[in-house]
Amino acid sequence: MRSPHITRRTLLAGSAVLAAPSIVRAQAAAEIEFYFPVAVGGPITKIVDSYVADFMKENPAIKVKAVYAGSYTDTLTKAVTATKAGKGPQMAVVLSTDTFSLIDDDLIVPFDTLATTAEDKAWLASFYPAFLRNGLIGGHTWGIPFQRSTIVCYYNKDIFKAAGLDPEHAPDTWDQLTETMLKTTKRDGANTSIWGLEIPGDGFTYWLYQALAIQAGVELANAEGTKVFFNEPGCVDALQYWLDMSMKHKTHPQGIVAWGTAPRDFLEGKAAMIWHTTGNLTNIRTNAKFNFGVAQLPAMKRRGSPTGGGNFYLFKGASPAQQQASLTFMKWMTTPARAAQWGIDTGYVATRPDAWQTEAMKQYMAGFPAAAVARDQLQVAVPELSTHDNQRVAQSLTDELQAALTGSKAAKAALDDAQVKATRLLKPYAG
Amino acid sequence: MRKETLQAWALILPALLLLVAFTHWPAVATLVDSFYTTPKGSRPPRFVGLENFTDLWTDPVFWRAMHNNAIYAIATIPISIVLALAMALAVNTAIPGRALVRMAYFTPTMLPMIAVANIWLFFFTPDYGLFDQILAPFGGGRHNWLGDTATALPAMIAVAVWKEAGFFMLFFLAALQAMPPDLKEAANLEGSSRWNFFRRVTLPLLMPTTLFVLVNAVINAFRLVDHVVVMTRGGPDNATTLLLYYIYEAGFRFWDTALASTLTVVLLILLGLLAWLQFGVLGKRIHYR
Repeated sequence: MRSPHITRRTLLAGSAVLAAPSIVRAQAAAEIEFYFPVAVGGPITKIVDSYVADFMKENPAIKVKAVYAGSYTDTLTKAVTATKAGKGPQMAVVLSTDTFSLIDDDLIVPFDTLATTAEDKAWLASFYPAFLRNGLIGGHTWGIPFQRSTIVCYYNKDIFKAAGLDPEHAPDTWDQLTETMLKTTKRDGANTSIWGLEIPGDGFTYWLYQALAIQAGVELANAEGTKVFFNEPGCVDALQYWLDMSMKHKTHPQGIVAWGTAPRDFLEGKAAMIWHTTGNLTNIRTNAKFNFGVAQLPAMKRRGSPTGGGNFYLFKGASPAQQQASLTFMKWMTTPARAAQWGIDTGYVATRPDAWQTEAMKQYMAGFPAAAVARDQLQVAVPELSTHDNQRVAQSLTDELQAALTGSKAAKAALDDAQVKATRLLKPYAG
Repeated sequence: MRKETLQAWALILPALLLLVAFTHWPAVATLVDSFYTTPKGSRPPRFVGLENFTDLWTDPVFWRAMHNNAIYAIATIPISIVLALAMALAVNTAIPGRALVRMAYFTPTMLPMIAVANIWLFFFTPDYGLFDQILAPFGGGRHNWLGDTATALPAMIAVAVWKEAGFFMLFFLAALQAMPPDLKEAANLEGSSRWNFFRRVTLPLLMPTTLFVLVNAVINAFRLVDHVVVMTRGGPDNATTLLLYYIYEAGFRFWDTALASTLTVVLLILLGLLAWLQFGVLGKRIHYR
């Protein structure tokens, strides 16, 4: 037999259950697990952990377990594997472009079926439409914008000045961009000490390429995610321009520039301009030892950048109480004040217009006007390439783009091949 | 059943259970899966016979992966074994700081591959990475080691050899230490040259160890892909896609279990053939004491 002391405590606890069943049930059920990725430099995990700790202080009935799950791909893999094994997280942050695949695999729950009060509906409508678009499929809202980004041009003002260019003005058009690249590229003999521009070509190749394609006036896929237009003439122009940067003008390193190398080269003063995610803004701001500027991407036929980054998703398998708790957590994480703080802490774009009206954000922008560039670019932003079987379709484009960038295929041939591959992959969905 | 037989079964039961649960059962399940389509949402898997294999036959990425893996194996296996043997012979003699050198050779084995890959990522960075900095005084110029289809796979091979050689050295060193010293004395009395002694005595006595190391090297040539995940993700344009990496992509990124199972079956057959070749053919020619 156990000691009477424990028996008494057990009894007490038992009577508490009888006295306040609803609270106890809420406490027992509202344990939620949440997977998130880190795709940019900086102490993102620490920031997320501190938010979660603050949330639990304010909402003692809900216990949130935030699990750092690696890159975006890793996070998706872990969340899907765990969900298929019946041990999945209740929510996760994964790429906005994986929405189709998650729906096709029957893994997520649309928000509009849960967030039904007037207040909830207002919350769903409070985000920038450009960020919501990837998650709007079949009349449902499947993703809540969280760590969202676009591509911007970071440029080194000191190099611009040395090259006799206006350091307060980045190129507005492709013609100006070519001219700027030629002026800022610095060679001594066979070696290039400063590259005019670096566009990363591994990992997210299709994303960076999409920016060029948008500027050339083409969209890569239809809204239903069933058709791609990889070999349209505009697409070929876009890729040809990227190839010309390195092979014709010699202003961009040959071959593939790594995702992580571009910002490092920029910080080392070896690249006058780089195109990179806004998610790197805080990293570059902290580490740049020179004056730098942030600008919208230039235009050929139009300006534009794809949106990028991750949404909150609600996974199937969560109990109703867990779903409500997850919703509470997401709402807390996306209040105007917190969206603003998250933007300031990381460089991701604050996901709703009212976040930019908060005091904290106004102060931040006053000291660092560059932060608003990404927001302003949202006016011309296009949803990131997203189709059914998205990882594979994007990979077929990435493979062919890399083939062109490494010089083994011409632009047109590479994109023709990508079109054939992607069309074959999408055949089951074409209907 | 006789009491001894029962006892024998009881004794091997734990090992048998583990082997069946983690080796035989998954292999059989994979084989079965390779005859079915990938289940999608509400669509259950459908039996298609050998269709997955015929599809694989026309998959260019599969052939690319096979081709890459062949080069990867042909390069890593002999280089790492010869290097391991050379290192073992070097630290088996009395040289100053022998313990330190042995430790240095063995360090790569102890470091986790993912951490190591991140360090090598820096080594391979163009311009200010370690290799370009070393080559710079000799007019090396800029090398985009990982961003060029011609150098990306050799870069992966270099990391694998660096990682493996120290581990194999350990086995060779142990075998060398176990060799009776009177053989060396006898050879000296007979006036045999060092090369002759190595070729006629050391090498034959090392053969059992070499076979063991060879088996491990072959397995590793198909198994060691962690650094590919970190450093190139199979790129550029599948230049570093190895068979196991492609299996991972198919299984856990594209969620195409049919393709992943089919690839796994191919890998199993390949490894089975190689094992048969090694033990069946080479094993017979080796002298065990």
